[in-house]
Amino acid sequence: MLDLGAHDPVPMAAVAPAGPALLDVAGLHAWYGESHVLHGVDLNVRQGETVCLLGRNGAGKTTTLRSILGVVGRRDGRVSFDGRDLTRMPLHGPARAGLAYVPENRGIFAGLTVAENLMLPPKVAEGGMSVEEIHALFPNLKERRLSPGTKLSGGEQQMLAIARVLRTGPKMILLDEPTEGLAPVIVQRIAAALIQLKARGLTVLLVEQNFRFARRVADRFYVMEGGVVVDAFRSDEVEGRLDRLHELLGV
Amino acid sequence: MDARPTDLMPAAAVPARRSDFNRALYTGLAVLGLACIVAAPFAIYPVFLMKILCFALFAAAFNLLIGYVGLLSFGHAAFFGGGAYASAHALKVWGWPPELGILFGAAVGALLGLVMGFFAIRRQGIYFAMITLALAQMVFFVCLQAPFTGGEDGIQNVPRGFLLGGLIDLSVNLNLYYVVLAITAFGLFAVWRVVHSPFGAVLQAIRENEPRAISLGYRVDRYKLGAFVMSAGLAGLAGGTKALVFQLATLTDVAWQMSGEVILMTLLGGIGTLPGPVVGAALVAALEHYFATSSFPVTIITGLVFMACVLLFRRGIVGEVLHRLRRR
Amino acid sequence: MTTIFGVPIQALLGQLLLGLINGSFYAMLSLGLAVIFGLLRVINFAHGAQYMLGAFVAWLLLEHLGIGYWWALLVAPLVVGAASLVVERAALSKLYDLDPLYGLLFTFGLALTIEGAFRWQFGAAGQPYATPDELVGAKNLGFMVLPIYRGFVVVASVVICLAVWLLIERTKFGAYLRAATEDRTLVQVFGVNVPRLLTLTYALGAGLAGLAGVLAAPIYQVSPLMGSNLIIIVFAVVVVGGMGSIGGAILTGYALGVLEGLTKVFYPPASSIVIFVVMAAVLLVRPAGLFGREG
Repeated sequence: MLDLGAHDPVPMAAVAPAGPALLDVAGLHAWYGESHVLHGVDLNVRQGETVCLLGRNGAGKTTTLRSILGVVGRRDGRVSFDGRDLTRMPLHGPARAGLAYVPENRGIFAGLTVAENLMLPPKVAEGGMSVEEIHALFPNLKERRLSPGTKLSGGEQQMLAIARVLRTGPKMILLDEPTEGLAPVIVQRIAAALIQLKARGLTVLLVEQNFRFARRVADRFYVMEGGVVVDAFRSDEVEGRLDRLHELLGV
Repeated sequence: MDARPTDLMPAAAVPARRSDFNRALYTGLAVLGLACIVAAPFAIYPVFLMKILCFALFAAAFNLLIGYVGLLSFGHAAFFGGGAYASAHALKVWGWPPELGILFGAAVGALLGLVMGFFAIRRQGIYFAMITLALAQMVFFVCLQAPFTGGEDGIQNVPRGFLLGGLIDLSVNLNLYYVVLAITAFGLFAVWRVVHSPFGAVLQAIRENEPRAISLGYRVDRYKLGAFVMSAGLAGLAGGTKALVFQLATLTDVAWQMSGEVILMTLLGGIGTLPGPVVGAALVAALEHYFATSSFPVTIITGLVFMACVLLFRRGIVGEVLHRLRRR
Repeated sequence: MTTIFGVPIQALLGQLLLGLINGSFYAMLSLGLAVIFGLLRVINFAHGAQYMLGAFVAWLLLEHLGIGYWWALLVAPLVVGAASLVVERAALSKLYDLDPLYGLLFTFGLALTIEGAFRWQFGAAGQPYATPDELVGAKNLGFMVLPIYRGFVVVASVVICLAVWLLIERTKFGAYLRAATEDRTLVQVFGVNVPRLLTLTYALGAGLAGLAGVLAAPIYQVSPLMGSNLIIIVFAVVVVGGMGSIGGAILTGYALGVLEGLTKVFYPPASSIVIFVVMAAVLLVRPAGLFGREG
């Protein structure tokens, strides 16, 4: 259906697509006010994949996620999701098309209880997780369902932020830095949860600084720098690229 | 905005020549305007012109606050009306000469400004607007009940008197016109002087970025209060002058509608421009004059103008003209 | 006769009731103002005009269509809400990205126009609106005589405030509203049609003002200017309570109404300014308001 790779600036032979892309981004530019932040981002994510955006601070990873959703001052380029053009939709369009978002700061509402936070995003399709399943995956959320959302620990807030969108039955999740500022034990639990979700067939586009975490969960990687994608590879190619990654990411 | 070459001048010469051109333009306009203003009372009813001048001064005082400190006062009627009552009382009951009576009005305006400003500057933005409105309403109720304001009737038949110890008879409209013109010119000059002083520079820095001004070590509250008192004092001066012209001070002068009117004049003329309030005052006064004799409530029109300004015309007339000139 | 501080208890209770009735209107109006401000960041200066509009719709229904009070309680808020919905869509929604002061100025102009238009059509004098038959009369409570309609207004206002509070604190719509008050963009990214939520919220707040107007019609005269002086007092109430809390707006409304009533007993000349004095005092002690959060 979609002609993949034709517009990719980076040689993609190594990551030849096996099926049609669920999310396809081409030549994406974005501006915050007068400052031009993205300079033509190209990437795609296929059904069932977990793809990770790597890059230093300020490389444009978070902006890429926000531009896909339309939360920037101005954007230009093509963003298609499940065969639909997201750039023509109002801000609430992508979610209804099945694209869920877990923001960088987790976006837990202080004025809502844990349960209300969990139930906030409207259901977009059948087949989302039930509240029981979510409570089984993240038991803490059940215990603390009546406390204000922001009274949770950082890890619990992250779990809530993820659980919140799983309930709505999305086709794909945009996940921004889920491990930021969390203790290693919690990071382990979030990784386990992500692997479990992957097994259920969920598609994920992940932004991550924690490369060790990303390596455990991602199938493919894009590396961003200066508002463009500068490298792309599969997880089984990571070993051969460690030197270059050190150079690009400073890890 | 890119500097596009105009048809008149080659592109390279535009930046250097433009300021010369602008200066010549402004000087020309100023001379023309001055000539018109001096000759105006021979063509137009002087009392109407004096009304415009009083409102122009009032609006310029208001503009000092909204245009250069970014504070929207919704209570300036308190200073205008307070000044009017004070002057009227001093002229009529105490028999003061007009120059002192008007100064007394300005002083009372400034004093009210000091008290109201002390409370109002504790909040910003819309809260500031609501607080000034509420405090001004309090002044209104005090004026309604206080023994010296004459209640619903106000203070009537205020004597205009003689200026400079009997030298100039102010009951002659033409004489009074030039006096009012001088007062207004002084007030506008004072606003101009304040805006272009180091004090004014700090005020504008506060408007642009208050936290930054604080971090630079400025006592922001004092600057705001200072500007508030100056603005209130000039509004009191306008009110006192108005009481002298119309020989009247009434509840209309302190009512919230008056606060709304001065906002409209400034918004319509152009917030943050020096000539804007004058233009706005003239237009609003003309509008009211036109509807004064009809049964059609002028507030329908003023309300519509308000909405149109906010939706389509936020720079105001003078602001829009300056913007177009700058773009050329 | 029993007296308290030299004031006959009958007079005291009478003024207390009057204060409570005024407080009922302060509470309902400041509640609507706070709901609108919370989400839209707009100080709705037209709130007083919308209150007047509610009363006038009730009066017009009765005069021209013979539709009585109970139907007016339903129809008038819907009419006011629908008219406000159009205003929000056509104009107010264009101002959300600007300084909130523009919203205040726009609604101020709107209030001037609406009030001017009604004054032009119906004159400045008040029109009487008859108390509904079911609520005519008075009840002797032993310690005082209570006009039934006034008692009804106090009870109705409590019920209305409670219902709105429940709507906001306990329903899904309320959860959207609270969440959007914190982060409008994120709520929309989650798939909620936030522009529509804003429109509905404005219509809800305005409809609430219209409902208060119908309740007021039999007590005060129905006049074009009945809302404009009230709205300034309600602004002061809102400053005292702080915008942050729905419950705070309600409580402050009743409390200041009662305080005003008491002032009328003990020192009548101060009764028209006592709320403003309280506002000034609160600004000194707690600039954010009694229930306010941010500074």
